[in-house]
Amino acid sequence: MNTQSNALPESFESQRIVPATTSATRPFYWSVRRELWENRSIYIAPLAVAAVALFGYLIATMGYAMSTANLAQRRRVLESPYGLATSLIMAAAFLVSIFYSLEALHSERRDRSILFWKSLPVSDLTTVLSKASIPLFVLPLLAFAIVVVTVSIMLVLTTLVLMGSGVGVATLWKPTLYQMGLMLLYHLITVHMLWYAPFYGWLLLVSAWARRATFLWAFLPPVAIGGVEKIAFNTTHFFDMLRYRFAGGGPEAAGSDNFLDPMTHFTPGRFLASPGLWIGLLITAAFIAGAVRLRRHQGPI
Amino acid sequence: MTVIEAHGLRKAFGTTVALDSIDLRVEEGRILGLIGPNGAGKTTALNAILGLTAYQGQLKVLGRDPWNERDQLMRDVCFIADVAVLPRWARVSQVIDYVAGVHPRFDRAKAESFLAKTDIRHASKIRELSKGMVTQLHLALVMSIDAKLLVLDEPTLGLDILYRKQFYDSLLNDYFDRTRTILVTTHQVEDVQHVLTDLMFINRGRIVLDCSMDEFESRYVEVTVRPEQVAAAQALKPIHERQVLGRTILLFDQVDRQQVARLGDVRTPSISDLFIAVMGNHAGPAKGVAK
Repeated sequence: MNTQSNALPESFESQRIVPATTSATRPFYWSVRRELWENRSIYIAPLAVAAVALFGYLIATMGYAMSTANLAQRRRVLESPYGLATSLIMAAAFLVSIFYSLEALHSERRDRSILFWKSLPVSDLTTVLSKASIPLFVLPLLAFAIVVVTVSIMLVLTTLVLMGSGVGVATLWKPTLYQMGLMLLYHLITVHMLWYAPFYGWLLLVSAWARRATFLWAFLPPVAIGGVEKIAFNTTHFFDMLRYRFAGGGPEAAGSDNFLDPMTHFTPGRFLASPGLWIGLLITAAFIAGAVRLRRHQGPI
Repeated sequence: MTVIEAHGLRKAFGTTVALDSIDLRVEEGRILGLIGPNGAGKTTALNAILGLTAYQGQLKVLGRDPWNERDQLMRDVCFIADVAVLPRWARVSQVIDYVAGVHPRFDRAKAESFLAKTDIRHASKIRELSKGMVTQLHLALVMSIDAKLLVLDEPTLGLDILYRKQFYDSLLNDYFDRTRTILVTTHQVEDVQHVLTDLMFINRGRIVLDCSMDEFESRYVEVTVRPEQVAAAQALKPIHERQVLGRTILLFDQVDRQQVARLGDVRTPSISDLFIAVMGNHAGPAKGVAK
C-alpha cells in the first residue's frame, strides 16, 4: 500500500504550490486520530478478542498444572493455542476493517457532520486517504502488535508453568516468537495490506456512493455479476477472480495458504512479480480516486 | 477588497433552477443578510460560495475558485451550516483538538476563553449538549479562527430567543471588525435587522432586492394611514398595503417623507414587512423592486 498512498497525493497536488511539509501531513495525522476517536472498535475489538484468548489460555494453564497426562502431551496442549489466538485476533481486525470501510464515508453524510469537516481546510483527498489508511495500515499493524503482546504473555505463562514442573523452556522462546512474528508481519504486509487493498478500496467507494444499505451495495453487485455470468455463459471467471483475490495472496507471497505453517517460505520475488498484485493496486487507486471524487460532490443525505 | 464576486452564477438540479444567473458582489467589512423563502436558492448560493457544490458561471471568493480550491479557501473562510453538524460522537475536547490540529489560523486560547463563559465542559460529548450549547461551541470555534469570511446558514434555527440574542451579540462584540465579512441567511429576520449592513432578498433563484441597510432606511417608509387619508395615500403608489386592527398600513418605496408624514404615522419598516411586500409582488414573474 505504501507505493500507492504516496503516489496519489503527488499526482493530485503536484500542480499546487507546495506548502511546508508539516502543514501537509498535519491534517492527515489529525484525520487519522479523528477516525480512531470515532471508531473505537478499531482497537477495542482486537483487544477484546486478545483478552478472551488470554482468559482461555489461563484456564488451559491451570488445567495443565492439575493434569496427569505425560509431559510431552501436556506441553503440546500449551503450545497449540498460539496459532489460534493469532488467527482470532487477525480475524477480528479483518472484520472491523470491513465494517469500518463500509461506514467510513457514509456515516459522516448520514449525521451531516460532513458539513463541519468540509468547513475545515482539509482536502477530500486527505480525508479519504486518512480513512483508507485505517484498514490498510492501522488495523494490520495494530493486529500485529496485539498478537505479539498476546503471544508473549502466553509464552511467559507457559514458561512459568513449565519451569514449575521442571521442564526445560529454552526451546520454547527463540524459534517460536521470532519466526512467528516475522511471518506474521510478512503475511500482514503482503496479504492484508497489498493483496486485499482492492477490497477496502471497493468498500470505501460504496460507502461514499450509497445513500443507504452500504452492506447490500457492497456485496450484492459482485454476486449479481457472477450470477449473470454463470447463467448467461455458464462460466465463472468473475467468481474465480474474486476467489483468487481472496485466497491467492498467501500462495503468491509465501507459497502457502497458512502463514503459520513452519514449511512456509517467503517468496517476495514471486509476489512482486505477480501481475495480480499490481492490477489490484491499480484498481485500488481507481476506487480511491472515485471515492475522493464522490466525497467532493456529495453532501449530507 | 471584494470578498465575493459572482457573475451569471447558475445552478440547476435537473429541471429545477436553483440559481438563475445571479450577479453578486460583497465587499470586505460588510454583514450581508441573504433573505428568501424556502427553496429560494439561499443554501445553493452559499454552497457554491463554500465550494460544496459545482456551478456554472463565474465565482471568486477571496480571489479563489471555491469548487476547485475548497481546502485552501477554508483557511480564510468559516461556516456554520446549521446547528446540528458538529459530530455527535465526539467530545468537546476532541473537536477542539481536531480544529487546532488542522487549522493554521485557529487560536486555542481564544476558544478556551469563549468556552469558559459557557456551561460547556470539555469532557462532554456533543450529543449530551443542548442545541443552544452546540451552537455556542460551534460559534466559539469559528470565532477563534482568524478568517476573512464567515458564512452562517440558519445559524440560530431552533434556538430560543436568549441564545439567539447572545449569538449575534457575541458575533458583533467579540468577532466582527471592519476587516471581516459575514454572510448570513436566516428566517428570523427580526434578529438580524440591527446586525446587518447589507440586505439581499432572493426568490426563485434570483436576487430581487440588493441594498445597504442605510439605503433601506432612507428608501422604504411605512405609514400607518389615518382612515380619511387612505385614498390620498394609495394615490402615491405604495408597494404594499395591509390592514392591522382596522388600520391601513402602507409601505412606500422612495417617497417624499414630508408628504407621507401628513397622512399618518411614519416609521422605518421591519425587514419582515418589506420581505412580505417584495415577495408578495414577486409571486408572479420576478420583476420590479430589484434595482
